[in-house]
Amino acid sequence: MAENKKKSGETRRDFIVLSASAVAGVGAASFAWPLINSLNPSADVLAMASTEVDIAKVEKGQAIRVMWRGKPVFIRRRTEKEITEARDVKLDELRDPERDQDRVKKGEDEWLILVGVCTHLGCVPLGYQGDYGGWFCPCHGSHYDTSGRIRKGPAPRNLAVPPYEFLNNNVIKIG
Amino acid sequence: MSVSEKTGIKGWIDSRLPIFTFLEHQNEYQVPKNLNYAWNFGSLAGIALVIQMVTGIILAMHYTPNSHMAFDSVENVMRNVNYGWLLRYTHAVGSSMFFMVVYLHILRGLFYGSYKSPREILWFFGIFLFISMMATAFMGYVLPWGQMSYWGATVITNLFSAFPLIGENIVTFLWGGYSVDNPTLNRFFSLHYLMPFVIFGLMIVHIVALHVHGSNNPTGVEIKSEKDSIPFHPYYTVKDFFGFGVFFMIYAYFIFFAPNYLGHPDNYIPADPMVTPARIVPEWYFLPFYAILRAIPDKLGGVLMMFGALIVLFFLPWLDTSKVKSGVYRPLFKVFFTLFTVNFVMLGYLGGKPPEGIYVILSRAATFYYYAYFLLILPILGKIEKPLAVPLSISDAVKK
Amino acid sequence: MKKIIVFTATLLMSFNVFANEGGTPLKQNVWSFDGMTGTVDKQSAQRGFQVYKEVCSSCHSLRLLSYRNLEALGFSEAEVKTIAAGATVKDGPNDSGDMFDRPGRPSDKFAAPFANDKAARAANGGALPPDLSLMIKARPNGANYLYSILTGYENPPADMKMNTGMNYNSYFPGKQIAMPQPLTDGRVTYQDGAGATTDQMSRDVVNFLQWAAEPEMEARKEMGIKALLYLAVFTVLFYLAKKRIWSRLKK
Repeated sequence: MAENKKKSGETRRDFIVLSASAVAGVGAASFAWPLINSLNPSADVLAMASTEVDIAKVEKGQAIRVMWRGKPVFIRRRTEKEITEARDVKLDELRDPERDQDRVKKGEDEWLILVGVCTHLGCVPLGYQGDYGGWFCPCHGSHYDTSGRIRKGPAPRNLAVPPYEFLNNNVIKIG
Repeated sequence: MSVSEKTGIKGWIDSRLPIFTFLEHQNEYQVPKNLNYAWNFGSLAGIALVIQMVTGIILAMHYTPNSHMAFDSVENVMRNVNYGWLLRYTHAVGSSMFFMVVYLHILRGLFYGSYKSPREILWFFGIFLFISMMATAFMGYVLPWGQMSYWGATVITNLFSAFPLIGENIVTFLWGGYSVDNPTLNRFFSLHYLMPFVIFGLMIVHIVALHVHGSNNPTGVEIKSEKDSIPFHPYYTVKDFFGFGVFFMIYAYFIFFAPNYLGHPDNYIPADPMVTPARIVPEWYFLPFYAILRAIPDKLGGVLMMFGALIVLFFLPWLDTSKVKSGVYRPLFKVFFTLFTVNFVMLGYLGGKPPEGIYVILSRAATFYYYAYFLLILPILGKIEKPLAVPLSISDAVKK
Repeated sequence: MKKIIVFTATLLMSFNVFANEGGTPLKQNVWSFDGMTGTVDKQSAQRGFQVYKEVCSSCHSLRLLSYRNLEALGFSEAEVKTIAAGATVKDGPNDSGDMFDRPGRPSDKFAAPFANDKAARAANGGALPPDLSLMIKARPNGANYLYSILTGYENPPADMKMNTGMNYNSYFPGKQIAMPQPLTDGRVTYQDGAGATTDQMSRDVVNFLQWAAEPEMEARKEMGIKALLYLAVFTVLFYLAKKRIWSRLKK
């Protein structure tokens, strides 16, 4: 009898100690979360996550460069010739096969919007240069075509297309 | 006592770096079984240090130590960084909590004679820790670059000009210029980041010194046999955790419901070298020493007496001539000790008052008592006092 | 010993004496944001923002806030965009190297009335209208202090010598304030139809500035309640655990 009592006494004590330790662990974890989350982008950085750009003054055959999330973004208003050239390319010729139609917005095919960071090691390619009428990256010699796709040189992927939308005919919102 | 033979991965590591053996020994570490809650403050100080370091390191990721941007970077933490306000308030309130806990820890030492042989060096490292804390807190308070930050820094660094001949040069050297300005702020940031690691190291030495002879206890009688002691784990681990609970409740109340109560509103005004605040006051934990500083009419005298108030603590093991360690058995000592505590609190109160009229007189009286306690009262008391009967052992005392 | 510890602890921490330096004792109010569960009256704060925009912002900046912060007061994203666009903000340099003006965006900080402190002083007879972002926290008992000042203008007593260009306000340190009375009855027409008395506008401005100084307050108090509850459970559990474990010694 005495033994039973002792056992249940011990079990009760262990339960309390166990639950106390569990509560302590939960507390430590819930204190850790704000510490870690504070390293995530702060409210002012998030507020700059989108940029609106006025494209009214960009002429056909012209391109502008804007900053978005600390990186350059190319906005090129393509000529018919540039669009046709891009669409004539056979997909199996491409290192990173993508149709030009999939890299622009339907009905706004002349507007090509790309993140201006070379997919090789991060330099900023130069517009209207290179062998394919698109961009040329001087760091290691990558050539991009009029759809921003990698054609020659060490870069593995096409220039990235950021999320964007047309707010109206003259203004796009990137991000 | 032989250590259990370790096999496998544990054994492989332990034979190269005996961490597991070390941890096992700590588990068996014997502690007097009669420690009261006054013995919780050491572990609380350790927790407070860790919290300051963790919150501080993360705050440093968002802070800019340039005089044009510091204030705004702190406000950016408060308003834009996720949970930034929580980090900042935890760190600011944490400074106060750290000092509160350490003052009580020292008070315990003073009452129970923990500074007496063979724990003199443990006591010395305690004083080093306290001084390092004060330096760290002083520099930390400058970083937000508010009015109190700037002017507190100006007043305290200016103290060094009191030293004859080299005084002005010291101050210019400290400032890195002709007034507290950007160079001062930058170096304070660097040193404020550094000092806690120095404190951490000192704390390790403090604990090593402690473990040589073990903790003192309320009777002041050392452990004589196994009957007097119990293992630290689980008895004092669980008691310490209870202490953490109480500590965090007080801490949390301040962080969430009164985060600026212990601070000064003037520090929410950006630093202005052209405008001095009506009253320059340090944080509450510096007030007793601030009172001593201002009590002496002579500039150099004030500086020396203020530093002296800390230096005198080093001599305590020899100034207290009593053969009886613990104040529990020293009825006359208890009276003077209580007076000392009340006097120290009063010094703190006076430190926040303008240095005029009755406050000056009281500050001088209180400073006199502070020094008299260490230099006159304790030496004499040890010789003339009739202590109560000291128990033969800890287990004897507990049995009663 | 324990008694001494508790006594000392409480006393040592109570040293924050910021006495009202010989000025008139402040008017004391009960604010909705007082206490452990206090919140900011958003409706009032929106009116207070209107008062700030139409009266105070001609001299006082609010430079630590961004227009997007106003969403916390209950303004919609579209309303915030409109408010921001109504402000003129400096940007640049443009491609010619010049700074230029443009309409504000939500991500912009509140536009300041003056380019810098010197310009502010020049336009205000040498006095600098302080930034209001932190005013509530920058004064002891800030909310009541601001309310007292805004509603505390009166004629100076006969024996008081007023300096040139100063106004009498017994709640301001030194009793002479450079700012003339900013709020009088009907100064603003509230969009929600509330009566714009000096008292009402002052309360609304205080609510607005309280939010401006501590936008995190409600989240902070909410988290605090949870933290204290959790810690109470934690403390009780460990107290019980301590008793259990130490009871072993009695055997």
